[in-house]
Amino acid sequence: MLEFFDAAMLARIQFAFTVSFHIIFPAFSIGLASYLFVLEGLWLKTNNPVYLNLYKYWLKIFAMAFGMGVVSGLVMSYQFGTNWSVFSDKAGPVIGPLLAYEVLTAFFLEAGFLGIMLFGMERVGKRLHFFATAMVAVGTLLSATWILSVNSWMQTPVGHAMNEQGQFVPADWLAIIFNPSFPYRLLHMTLASYLTVSFVVGAVGAWHLLHDKFNAEARKMFSMAMWMATFVAPLQIFAGDLHGLNTLEHQPIKVAAMEGHWHRQTGAPFLLFAWPDEAAEENRFEIGIPYASALVLTHDIKGETPGLTDVSAADRPPVGMVFWSFRIMLLIGTLMAAVGVYSAWRRWRGTLYEGRWFQRVALWMGPSGFVAVLAGWVVTEVGRQPFTVYGLLRTSESLAPVDAPAVAASLVAFIVVYFALFGAGTYYILRMMRAVPDGEGPERGTPQRAAGTTPLASMASDARKGGL
Amino acid sequence: MLDLPLIWAGLLSLGVFIYVALDGFDLGIGLLFPFLACDEDRDVAMNTVAPVWDGNETWLILGGGGLFAAFPLAYAIVMPALYAPFIIMLLALVFRGVAFEYRWRDKAHERLWDASFVFGSFMATFMQGIVLGTFVQGIEVEGRAYAGGWWDWLTPFTLMTGAALCAGYALLGSGWLALKTEGALRQQAYRFAKLSALGTFFFVGVVSLWTPFLSPEIYARWFTLPHFYFVAPVPLLTIVVAGLIAWGIRKQVDGIIYPATIVLLGLCFIGLGVGLTPYIVPRAITIQQAAAPDSSLLFMLVGALVMLPLILAYTGYSYWIFRGKVRHGQGGYH
Repeated sequence: MLEFFDAAMLARIQFAFTVSFHIIFPAFSIGLASYLFVLEGLWLKTNNPVYLNLYKYWLKIFAMAFGMGVVSGLVMSYQFGTNWSVFSDKAGPVIGPLLAYEVLTAFFLEAGFLGIMLFGMERVGKRLHFFATAMVAVGTLLSATWILSVNSWMQTPVGHAMNEQGQFVPADWLAIIFNPSFPYRLLHMTLASYLTVSFVVGAVGAWHLLHDKFNAEARKMFSMAMWMATFVAPLQIFAGDLHGLNTLEHQPIKVAAMEGHWHRQTGAPFLLFAWPDEAAEENRFEIGIPYASALVLTHDIKGETPGLTDVSAADRPPVGMVFWSFRIMLLIGTLMAAVGVYSAWRRWRGTLYEGRWFQRVALWMGPSGFVAVLAGWVVTEVGRQPFTVYGLLRTSESLAPVDAPAVAASLVAFIVVYFALFGAGTYYILRMMRAVPDGEGPERGTPQRAAGTTPLASMASDARKGGL
Repeated sequence: MLDLPLIWAGLLSLGVFIYVALDGFDLGIGLLFPFLACDEDRDVAMNTVAPVWDGNETWLILGGGGLFAAFPLAYAIVMPALYAPFIIMLLALVFRGVAFEYRWRDKAHERLWDASFVFGSFMATFMQGIVLGTFVQGIEVEGRAYAGGWWDWLTPFTLMTGAALCAGYALLGSGWLALKTEGALRQQAYRFAKLSALGTFFFVGVVSLWTPFLSPEIYARWFTLPHFYFVAPVPLLTIVVAGLIAWGIRKQVDGIIYPATIVLLGLCFIGLGVGLTPYIVPRAITIQQAAAPDSSLLFMLVGALVMLPLILAYTGYSYWIFRGKVRHGQGGYH
């Protein structure tokens, strides 16, 4: 057991931990920035104060999530070097410039206009403020574009050559940036982020509808979220299918792990349940739908699909993790689409804001997007193993010359600090979501001071908080 | 043909310098925070940096990302060599970064988040100083990897550069506070400025006198002819600028301390850089050896030449929007 936790495994756990924590915030802020853009745009167009109230309500939540995203993201830009320095040395000439472009075109844009977005409403005109919101939204999308290009190149590396020091060097930048899996991954992740936010917004709307079904802001956000679920969730399933087919073409062994298929076969079933046994190279307790996998992957029930035993055991990813994460993602995607379709039916019947049990379902679906995003990333990243640059550079050959105790100590520090600080942040975000969205500010309904404070003291405290 | 590695070394140095000038003052506010008299003053101090801090921190991401991109070998050696300081710095930045929002969201635990802000600001600054000191004192390399021990970064010299940077950032923070506040808080800022200026002058002096004796090569840069003629203006200018800062504090000219401190720190960087060139990992790997291929550097240079002026323009515009003094109960959206 102890030798399992060598420096390499610890460094992998550390990267997985920090990047998993990090992705939660951008997944949220990419979608939320676009939502804020829509809200402010609708407010400017219609002058309906409901949109402005919703904008201010979600803006405060955005500020929290964005701040956590910045500080957890900063860690990532140094993690490559501290634990994966050999990878950095070898892949740096190709992926480094893409990351530099992310900083230059996206991070500065977001950070530069975030201040105006958060604090500038009284200082600049409406149009300029809307422009700032737009720039922040564009920044989040540009950031996703560059980082997904980097990730996709590691999955489907093209456009490079090797030099005498064993480094990957760029040969064709357009081929590198627009590598084969990039468009699919970008589409899939952007939609995932939008869906994640839709279900969070929907859950907050549902929560307030459960308490007061006439709250105008709650109705508006619930309705907007359900529109998104109706249209984007099915679209996402379609995009996911395209992404899967692309993976089949470029990383067939990853698909074999996702499907839990050990042997190349025709007419493969889609397994609903199985317990992959890597040592025996077979599944236990298999339950499947005959021909379904072949049909989805090859669009032919007699089609041939790859198996894990196509390559030697040393070249296979951990099967169980990929297999089960994939199923979690599929399940959530299906539930989201079901909510979307059902909400459309209720909307058509004119009962969207009625049905309390449906609102409870929407409430419970609130965090589902995050779970799906994490599960999806586990599929694609664990599925890339045992390589960092797929097929070309092994994870075991990417490690920095670090000792297990150093990595273990920093891992423990990350775990403690992240859970404590981001846990507190998540609690505050939930508390802000509990506040009634009626334009009175999130302080209403969540007493900030213990009982017994005089009105004067609470007025002074309001004065300290200042504007908006 | 352009010397792309040299251009990138210049651009990265500029990026790091901008980082120090900008994030320096908001880290400095964190260092001064515990000495601010009352909650209202703390709120104002926080609000002077709230709209700009994460833009400032982005320059640090540019530093890390830029080193990775332009000099992957140096990045691959420096990060393991400075493993603990970097990890501590990153965690410290988490501690302070979250406090900007949390302290407004949880009045019952405001003190806790203020402490988190102070602790994070101090640790981040101190570790950055240690990183700087380690760079100057040298990093052991074998082949293409770091070959030193886990604690090489912890020496009396690096502790001294850590302390120097704390004093320097505190001075930047005081200067910023003098610029952005009024009344009693501004007076307080001048008292901070006086103390942190004394600290800065002292530690910069010690580090300056110490540095040439770290290695014969650095010594030769400073004390042999004709090098001496080129480098001698640096300490002389430093003394002039120090005098300017002292004058600004005495006469209470709001617009002097902050910019003059930036110049002072700039001179210190030049002074330390004199001993570094042509190395990027001191006395082991040169700028040319560590550089990514020209195709990588050129591709990035195009982006940098287009984007950096734009970035400076909209960052400057954002500072312009939030110009002027910040008063009690104003400047926040909370």
